[in-house]
Amino acid sequence: MTTTSAVRELPPPPQRPPVSRAAARSRRRPTSGRNRPTWFTYAVLVVAALLAVFPLYWMFVVGSNDTSAVSRVPPTFVPGGNFVDNIGLVEAQTPFARSLLNSAIVSVAVAALQMFFCSLAGFAFAKLRFRGRGPLFVFVVSTMAIPSQLGIIPMYMIMSELDWTNTYWALVVPGAVSAFGVFWMRQVVIGTIPDEMVDAARIDGCSTFRIYWAIVVPNIRGAAAVFGLFSAMTTWNDFLWPLVVLNSPENFTSQVAIQQLRTTYSIDYSIVMTASVLATLPLLLLFVLAGKQLVAGIMDGAFKG
Amino acid sequence: MTAATVAAAPTGAFTRRWERLTPYAYIAPFFLLFLAFGLGPLVFTGWVSMHEWKVLTGDAGFVGLRNFAGVFSDPNFWKALRNTFAIFLISTIPGIGLSLWFAVLLNNRSLRAQTFWRMVLLVPNVTPLVTVAIVFSTIFGRNLGPVAWILQVFGLPEIDWVASAFTVQIVVAIMVIWRWTGYNTLIYLAAMQAVPDTLYDAAEIDGANRWQSFLHVTVPSIRPTILFSVVTSTVGGLQIFTEPLLFTNAVGGSDGQGLTLTLLLYSQAFGSFNFGYASAIAIMLLFVVLAVALLNFALARLIRSA
Repeated sequence: MTTTSAVRELPPPPQRPPVSRAAARSRRRPTSGRNRPTWFTYAVLVVAALLAVFPLYWMFVVGSNDTSAVSRVPPTFVPGGNFVDNIGLVEAQTPFARSLLNSAIVSVAVAALQMFFCSLAGFAFAKLRFRGRGPLFVFVVSTMAIPSQLGIIPMYMIMSELDWTNTYWALVVPGAVSAFGVFWMRQVVIGTIPDEMVDAARIDGCSTFRIYWAIVVPNIRGAAAVFGLFSAMTTWNDFLWPLVVLNSPENFTSQVAIQQLRTTYSIDYSIVMTASVLATLPLLLLFVLAGKQLVAGIMDGAFKG
Repeated sequence: MTAATVAAAPTGAFTRRWERLTPYAYIAPFFLLFLAFGLGPLVFTGWVSMHEWKVLTGDAGFVGLRNFAGVFSDPNFWKALRNTFAIFLISTIPGIGLSLWFAVLLNNRSLRAQTFWRMVLLVPNVTPLVTVAIVFSTIFGRNLGPVAWILQVFGLPEIDWVASAFTVQIVVAIMVIWRWTGYNTLIYLAAMQAVPDTLYDAAEIDGANRWQSFLHVTVPSIRPTILFSVVTSTVGGLQIFTEPLLFTNAVGGSDGQGLTLTLLLYSQAFGSFNFGYASAIAIMLLFVVLAVALLNFALARLIRSA
């Protein structure tokens, strides 16, 4: 946003000599960033917004009706009154409340660990001088290009050796820190903490951890919370690894429980969809509360060339 | 800073030494966990792939490249490879095009309701993959759901989306595009906002129209961001698993029409419990991902020098 404010402070451009309307149009500024948006822009955005939201609306429609209402052609497009009944049917098939709780515990644990470890490493890469900093950071970023999901077989063996299969440990420990998070938090620290602040604290005799704890953390708290939210959502949505490492219904996360429902009751869309609604609602609620910050966080943490 | 803080300043040789090591301690968790749960397992996958290794019998001896020979003569592997690539291409290319377009539209200071558009576009990205897959399965039903209804309204024959490889690829690609377009839009938008206005002014003086300044100013300026997102979507896209599993089933449908490489890996490892063979598939997939990532970089370099 620095560019924006810098530009706003520039003096107004000199007046152009009056020109004909056609000439003015052809001379229209080339970037859309400085043109008034046309109706076409809004039309495209409205269509995009509808397409973004419709599948979720459809999910509520199916999850609150019985299957027959949706199997008709044309299907119903209004929510029905079966949602509560459907919840009972879901809970009769699988301990779904427990699955939601499992998802919540794992997501919160992973988010807390990620916020701490990633901000610590991000701070180190952004503000501390040490031998090998550049190459080590390049290494961290390049691990994002490694499909680590492919090591899933030895991962499973490790968890068996540790007796961690079918436990929270298997889901939390491997997710405690991520290259993506280190990268994101480094961007945030660079963008919010000026070097002078760190140097001044150093001159005042602060230890490195004190600089992190007393200066960095309070200043990046908001961005770190957004990142925590992001990792909690990512963890909540994880599927392949929990599917592999969990094997009893009371330990399933919500995503695995839904897949099991789907496999067993492939015909009854409404029940599966009701479970999906229950597992998606918490995320949508969080999004309504903090979506604005999430958007800003993703943009702040983005790679800007 | 208070006087107490100053008094606690590190002065001794030990504290100074510790201060020098501190940065390494701060980045250590990442490297330790990556070694234990990222690189280590990946390397060990290579070891397992050269062994006869079943869950019940464990390591039953070195077999060289026999598992790889088996993979190469397995028609399911080729099917999975074809599907994986097809889904990757028909999701990534239109997806990135759409994201760039939306980002250009949003990169406008006089646009109303900026935050609203950004938030709405991000909604799909917070939706769980499992939900996405299940919801789109009922949207693209053969004789139920909105798409079947639209086809009927226009007098078109019904389509059994899950029956053929091509239609499965389309539906899965739509799921991917739906989930990721908004996220990529925000990343591109952030990069576009960092492009200095002076570049556009210069383009304007040179007589560039909107399309030309997009092509010659915007795209080159945000090229690193595009490359970054292409690499991450390559790594993610080639490992696609959840969508085809839930749209078809754990073996990719009746005829393997929805098989992808990761799905094949999963069904061999945790359906047939053939760890050696499944590891060989994992190694092949690793090579595919690396090859495509290198191709990305080569293309990017080519575009830069052109």
